[in-house]
Amino acid sequence: MPDIPLSLRIGLFVPCYVDQFYPGAAIATYQLLTKLGMDVTYPENQTCCGQPMANSGFEHLTDGCNSLFIDQFSEFDYIVSPSGSCVLHVKEHLKDKKQPELATGIRKKVYELVEFLVDIIGVQKLDASFPHKVGLHQSCHGQRGLMLSQMSELAAPFYSKPLQLLKLVKGLELVELSREDECCGFGGTFCVAEEAVSVKMGKDRLKDHLSHGATFITGSDMSCLMHMEGILKRDGSEVRVLHIAEILNAE
Amino acid sequence: MEAGKQTHPELAGGFNADEQRVDWHDETLWWIRQKRDKAAHGIPEWELLRETASQIKNNVLSGLADYLENFEARALENGIKVHWAADAAAHNQIVYSILKEKEVTQLVKSKSMLTEECHLNTFLEEKGISVIDSDLGERIVQLAKEPPSHIVLPCIHKKKEEIGELFHEHLGTAAGESDPQVLTEAARQHLREVFLTSKAALTGVNFAIAETGEFVVCTNEGNADLGAHLADVHIASMGIEKIIPERAHLGVFLRLLTRSATGQPITTYSSHFKKPAPGQEIHLILVDNGRTEHMGREDFRASLKCIRCGACMNTCPVYRRSGGHSYHYTISGPIGAILAPNLDRKKYADLPFASTLCGSCSNVCPVKIDIHQQLYKWRQVIVQEGHADLAKKVSMKGMSLLLSSPNAYRIAGKSGRWLLRHAPFAMNNKFNPWYKQREMPSPPEQSFSEWYKKMKK
Repeated sequence: MPDIPLSLRIGLFVPCYVDQFYPGAAIATYQLLTKLGMDVTYPENQTCCGQPMANSGFEHLTDGCNSLFIDQFSEFDYIVSPSGSCVLHVKEHLKDKKQPELATGIRKKVYELVEFLVDIIGVQKLDASFPHKVGLHQSCHGQRGLMLSQMSELAAPFYSKPLQLLKLVKGLELVELSREDECCGFGGTFCVAEEAVSVKMGKDRLKDHLSHGATFITGSDMSCLMHMEGILKRDGSEVRVLHIAEILNAE
Repeated sequence: MEAGKQTHPELAGGFNADEQRVDWHDETLWWIRQKRDKAAHGIPEWELLRETASQIKNNVLSGLADYLENFEARALENGIKVHWAADAAAHNQIVYSILKEKEVTQLVKSKSMLTEECHLNTFLEEKGISVIDSDLGERIVQLAKEPPSHIVLPCIHKKKEEIGELFHEHLGTAAGESDPQVLTEAARQHLREVFLTSKAALTGVNFAIAETGEFVVCTNEGNADLGAHLADVHIASMGIEKIIPERAHLGVFLRLLTRSATGQPITTYSSHFKKPAPGQEIHLILVDNGRTEHMGREDFRASLKCIRCGACMNTCPVYRRSGGHSYHYTISGPIGAILAPNLDRKKYADLPFASTLCGSCSNVCPVKIDIHQQLYKWRQVIVQEGHADLAKKVSMKGMSLLLSSPNAYRIAGKSGRWLLRHAPFAMNNKFNPWYKQREMPSPPEQSFSEWYKKMKK
């Protein structure tokens, strides 16, 4: 592991819906980073990055979220979050007319958990064990936006940061998928505005995981997993979804 | 949206009523996407080709006026008659006057999305001129009185049995005949007659070369050649953005076009038209129809780089599961969703939202149009211009206020979770589109922030 000065302070950015509905993913992120020797703080007045409004065409209503985000996070050396989608939004769209340099600073130091573990800390080993058959869902914003792994459309060499980490987990058996990086159909407000297509996309993604024997589906975006979990539960399936932090933190 | 017109979610909902059909549509197009991957990944310099094509098109857009004038001068020298059409109406009028002068009553047309955009067929038919589409897929949708659902594969939404029924009705094939070989042969015989008797042929244009004044039409069926060579008059309609500077650049585009479109190394026919044969005339119509205005929109002008390969449709997980007609515009799929708002923001206000912004479209685009970024930007423009519905405006405003205040957020979160635990019917009902086919997430006792606060004590 490269030497990361312990004086570096990490701000934990927990997406609003993870805070409210999936605290387990955020707790695992906190515990994992702490286990790896990081000094992690959760700024308690954070709410949301503003992505739900912006992706719906209401970016002009995100000023309040933006200034709150800057207020909560500008003091840290790194900002880490268990969500590719929210991090991508901050990276691409965080702005503040009154304090533009603070906004730019944050855009450069915000990281999704997997990319932080691989690119910044350089994690080589983990004390984690998860003896199950797992399907990895590549969330589009993490994959195509943050380039967490190579994209099937491009004629370019293979790599995968989430896979690199999952391979460090004892007993974990990864299942192959027919369509390795097809969208699950969550898409923010798309999931309700285009309900029919959204659900069909989710069902098709699940069929791929289930037919290959996955008993757990993981990924670095809880939003996609929440959507697929909703369909699994409606079908009465035993298959569960878990954020990748929960697997990397599993002992 | 216009009153009475169905939106993308409504049309897509209708398409999804038949799940088996959705599966078939999705798998057919995914198979083409896989063929594309195989063809593209087989070329070591694929990404360099895309980058080169993108830069050539950027250059074209930045000097379009000069390139067009050069092209016109060379084309005139070659003996081609050049016409300029400011909009669809002007284009249709030009076609009509040429046909009227030659006393032509039947026009054979090879594939041209531009004439679809201009609604040329209905215009000419109202004037008493019959138009026969000679591309097999186009002919099928024409017989079915439907618009194409895909720019490269116009009848991809139709199963072979449905095509058999159409041919039985219109071309006299046996009832229940659905063998593709037999149906294709019937279409071929029928079209051969049309080719031999039509005095005028219309083709589209894939590439027009400024350096030489020639143009190139790509087809797999050779129907453009048959039409154009057998007729006395060849009319070619092109959007002004179809220019490329030099003949040498053709190699880049021809290698990209069909690999992206169908996974073939090259179209079966890449036909070059430079000068009319003795006794024949070539008329070329350069059509603007909103393109100049589009050029002026910095965030969106890159969509004019499009070479109409359809790769973004084949890869789009939404298109594959909603069908081309759900886009209610001539050009469907992701590229249609960024082109349509240039013409009418109100009518096509729903299209930029018919996407999860997954970004696959931008990755397959052979000229690197930032399609998903443009979808995001169009959403902002559409909302700013007032085309969002009131309920959405109100809920977004409310959400923005709530999320700007840490206290309001905490209270709403806590009470929302309480409500879901104790009165799930408040959310689990038919008014909640999430709940229609999905369970709501189970609300935990405590949020992460509550856990953190306790842990830190």
